[in-house]
Amino acid sequence: MTQNVAGPLSFTNVGRDRWYRRGALASQTAYVAIAFVAITVLVSIFAHNFLSTGNLLNTSKNFSYIAIVALGSTLVIITGGIDLSVGSVMALVAVLTAMLMKAFSATPLAGIPYAVMIASVIGGLGAAALAGLVNGLLIAKIRLSPFVTTLGTLSICRGITYVITQGRGQAPTGPQVNTFYALTDGKLFGLPVALIYLLILAVIMGVTLRHTRWGRYVFVLGGNEKAARLTGAPVDRIKISVYVLCALSAGFAGILIAGWLGSAPANLATGYELKIIAASVIGGADLAGGVGGPVGAVIGAALIEVIRNGLALFGADTYWEQVFVGTIIILAVLVDRIRTREPE
Amino acid sequence: MSAIAAKGVSEEGAAVLQLQGISKDFGAIRALSEIDLTINAGDVVGLMGDNGAGKSTLVKIIAGNFHPTHGIIRFDGQEHRFDRPLDARSAGIEVVYQDLALANNVSAAANVFLGRELTRKVGPFKFLDHRGMNARALELFGELKSETRPKDLVKSMSGGQRQAVAIARTRLSNAKLILMDEPTAAISVRQVAEVLDLIRRLRDQGVAVMLISHRMPDVFAVCGRVVVLRRGEKRADKPTSQSSPEEVTALITGALEHA
Repeated sequence: MTQNVAGPLSFTNVGRDRWYRRGALASQTAYVAIAFVAITVLVSIFAHNFLSTGNLLNTSKNFSYIAIVALGSTLVIITGGIDLSVGSVMALVAVLTAMLMKAFSATPLAGIPYAVMIASVIGGLGAAALAGLVNGLLIAKIRLSPFVTTLGTLSICRGITYVITQGRGQAPTGPQVNTFYALTDGKLFGLPVALIYLLILAVIMGVTLRHTRWGRYVFVLGGNEKAARLTGAPVDRIKISVYVLCALSAGFAGILIAGWLGSAPANLATGYELKIIAASVIGGADLAGGVGGPVGAVIGAALIEVIRNGLALFGADTYWEQVFVGTIIILAVLVDRIRTREPE
Repeated sequence: MSAIAAKGVSEEGAAVLQLQGISKDFGAIRALSEIDLTINAGDVVGLMGDNGAGKSTLVKIIAGNFHPTHGIIRFDGQEHRFDRPLDARSAGIEVVYQDLALANNVSAAANVFLGRELTRKVGPFKFLDHRGMNARALELFGELKSETRPKDLVKSMSGGQRQAVAIARTRLSNAKLILMDEPTAAISVRQVAEVLDLIRRLRDQGVAVMLISHRMPDVFAVCGRVVVLRRGEKRADKPTSQSSPEEVTALITGALEHA
């Protein structure tokens, strides 16, 4: 160690990364975007009605619900957590909002324009925020494992959904129910509103993640939680906030689905948590934390929907969807592993 | 800048940190007993001792993790009682942790500014000032003569560059004292040389450095003074030029009682 102490310093690592490890190509999201384009082209060549306006509108609407929740789920995953309760929260908020609409319609609120609808949606989203707050508090303050905690709330929220509905579907009602349908299942500029909401939320999420202090800490939390604590970042508050936002995204999507279906069945979104997490992970969110973003969540959800839609259009058995989605999850992480492998 | 850097011990520097009679009890166990220590501006002091000798307890007291059971901490002429690490930090004491407390998945500049991000107000919102942070980080890396690019992810950096990032962080606030906990413990030989050079540059800028290390060659290469703890007591506090690795080893193991 003597020869190098006084001499000019040389660094081993100031060269640039290879082109395939730089810029936009340095992420799994880029590879999945390419795969998405390729699969979409294939599907549109072989299933000629894929590109029909009706099918495209339908597909884009279908995937928007999953993608909206995948945005929230991606936030949680970036911090190194996981939220399994999203499907149940979607159902609980959907039935609760419909039931509140019915209940409020019998009160003086019915006389005030839109009051029933607004109060019910606020009530539904309030329940979502509460579920997220419970998850967040248990995980951040009591340091329970996110997996087990949200597995618990998954069961609790689904259970409450069945208890309050006794298993019966709940339809949105009230004096301005048509406005409710227009806002949840209508069109704006010829596009389904769900898609518009998704795009707006994705842009907001992208900007806040990249350009605010909160967003910076979300990433740092996933990269090195201890470092975040030592440097004085409000770790617990950030953690709680991502679970609340994730639950809110689930609640919002639940309300949209209730409007789309015209009814909120108690078994709504059963098993969606896996689809949602799959969308986040395919899009490049790393379950180890520290990596992910809204573009990935949207592309991941879109990819799953294109596969499902393609299979249906080919007249193939749509039960194959899960096999394909599973294969793509594994391929996505496999490609990422090979790409980032350090040369020995 | 380097003109003020007296080689080795700087008796003429103003006292930055003065510890008087610092003791720390954990229940019935006395981890530190009656430690007096003065560190002046531009001093590089090596703190040595075996495992359990009280090094990390002393560091944690200075860094604001614990209160001492007895004794007085004077920093920059004023008596202080730090309730949290952030209090010590705002007084001007920075710590470079052994694992550096870096987040691999964000850029070097983001790590330097972690917890102290620069922001710009746009209407009611506050946005990160990426340009300002990158520019300042580049300056700091330049002062440390480290070829580290602010926008690079820490993930892809060498051990020496990571140290530069962790040390640049301490330079943001013009800290007067930097505690470095085993900075050379887990890196390659050539990177050790880089880190020792970083420490010399801090000294040249008049910063006091306390180097906690097990590595005798590093301490003798860069420290003007060496302090040896054994069983919670200060056994030696002398210029490295008047000591030797053999003497320090004997003090650490207890073969020699005092020096």
